Amino acid sequence: MRTWLRIFVVGGAISFRALFSWIRPSVYVPTLLLGPTTQVLFFAYLGRTAHLESDDWFVVGNAVQSASLAALFGMGFAIDGERWSHTLSAVLATPANRAALFLGRAVPVLLNAAVTSATGFLGGVLLLGFRPPWSAVPALALLVLIASFACTGLGMLTGAVGLRTRDVPIIANLTMAVLLIFCGVNVPLDKLPGWMHSTAEALPLTHAIDAARRVADGASLGSVGTQVGVEIALGTAYLVAGFALLRWFELEGRRHGTLDRA
Amino acid sequence: MTEAPKSGGIGFAGAGAGIRSAARVFWTGFVLNFKILSVSPFMVMTAALWPLVYATLAFLMFRATHHAPSLLYAALGAAVMGIWSTTATSAGGAIQQQRWWGVLELLVAAPSRLILVLAPVTVAIAGIGVYSIASTLLWGRLLFGVPIHISHPALFAIAIPAAVLAIGMLGLVLASSLVLYRSASAFSQALEYPIWLITGMLIPLSLLPRWIDPVAWALAPTWGMRAVRRAAIGGDVGTPLLVCAALTVAYAGLSMLLLHHFERLARERATLSLT
Repeated sequence: MRTWLRIFVVGGAISFRALFSWIRPSVYVPTLLLGPTTQVLFFAYLGRTAHLESDDWFVVGNAVQSASLAALFGMGFAIDGERWSHTLSAVLATPANRAALFLGRAVPVLLNAAVTSATGFLGGVLLLGFRPPWSAVPALALLVLIASFACTGLGMLTGAVGLRTRDVPIIANLTMAVLLIFCGVNVPLDKLPGWMHSTAEALPLTHAIDAARRVADGASLGSVGTQVGVEIALGTAYLVAGFALLRWFELEGRRHGTLDRA
Repeated sequence: MTEAPKSGGIGFAGAGAGIRSAARVFWTGFVLNFKILSVSPFMVMTAALWPLVYATLAFLMFRATHHAPSLLYAALGAAVMGIWSTTATSAGGAIQQQRWWGVLELLVAAPSRLILVLAPVTVAIAGIGVYSIASTLLWGRLLFGVPIHISHPALFAIAIPAAVLAIGMLGLVLASSLVLYRSASAFSQALEYPIWLITGMLIPLSLLPRWIDPVAWALAPTWGMRAVRRAAIGGDVGTPLLVCAALTVAYAGLSMLLLHHFERLARERATLSLT
């Protein structure tokens, strides 16, 4: 158990530092901090153009959705980055527990996703006068963490697919596009066609965004318990599916000797 | 007396040959880079997929209320947004890219002016965005029934390349000003939403704070977008087209100065090939 925890915590942190050593402040700030803020601003003004919803509605939707940027790309690179640094075979040759190995990599990605999302909220506060009740802030923070967890779970799945298809950025981009359109980020779910609404129910973010909007309006965390439960369940399901796919691709890669083929 | 006309004739002929040579270098570079970019799945995805995402969002948002601009307005805006998307994604780091490919020294050492070698790169990057115009209009027509009625087809056909050129030259300004900034690409990408916002691609400038107006007017995409939209929906096309062209020329001049400065610094410090 101690070894499992060591691989999970220390291994996860070290691998994150190693694989993302190329991220300097000059990359991190424009991409992961300025990006969400400008996204929030753009869609709030687009909402004003369409006379659709309030600024706050767009701030919450886009800030929570920003978590997917860091989670999908982060998880993809946390898995596929090993191939680019020619260490994938070495990592998979170790007897280390695979769950500890891959879940450990997910934790820094999850935390980074939450920071990215929080920046979007901060942008809303500074530029659009977003003022949720102070009492709602802890609940919003928790919802951001839950949304980041669900997105990281989906990131594990898309990262596994990217490992196989050898094109992580394209898979991550496509998935982010789906989340942006389907999850009620900028278009209310009841304004979407029925099939899109149904699809949204099975995606991460939909329930977290709904819950965050209610909480920002003054609802208690208890009153959005159902949405929280569904979001956690979806995140767990995607995480398990992603892990299973990774294991399967690992076995396939070993069998066909294609692990390191770029 | 006999020498003067001959000398003048040679001068005109020399200038003409110089312009032809410059045009040939630009066109060859443009075609070459356009072909290279066209086979990059990432670039094609950026040019063809993301504009569809933003067009879909705009269609769904505008359709949900009765107070929003028309869907054709949204389609055209999303299409030009796609041109800026490809530019913001890649043009900022265009010089860095040549450096990574190991050809920057060769390009700088070539007898052609540096701007004639690098401008086709950023204009080709913007040119890839033409896919976004085709895909967005088709998407809007087929899935959302957007009526594609172009008021002035001839002016529309002029406004599109003018907007592409303007956005490409803005990309060149970015590339040449960020050349000494190690993470130029990341910074350039961060400008994606701000330029969409302040150039009125989907959001009317009248909704933005008044202090943004002068910034928007100094940006050629503002006028390029206006020319494209008026050519399609109706209105005066000539003024925005002329301002767009004038700003494009100004961007070319500014880029030339910046590139000259960069080249001199790189030669003095022997840092041309350093990443």
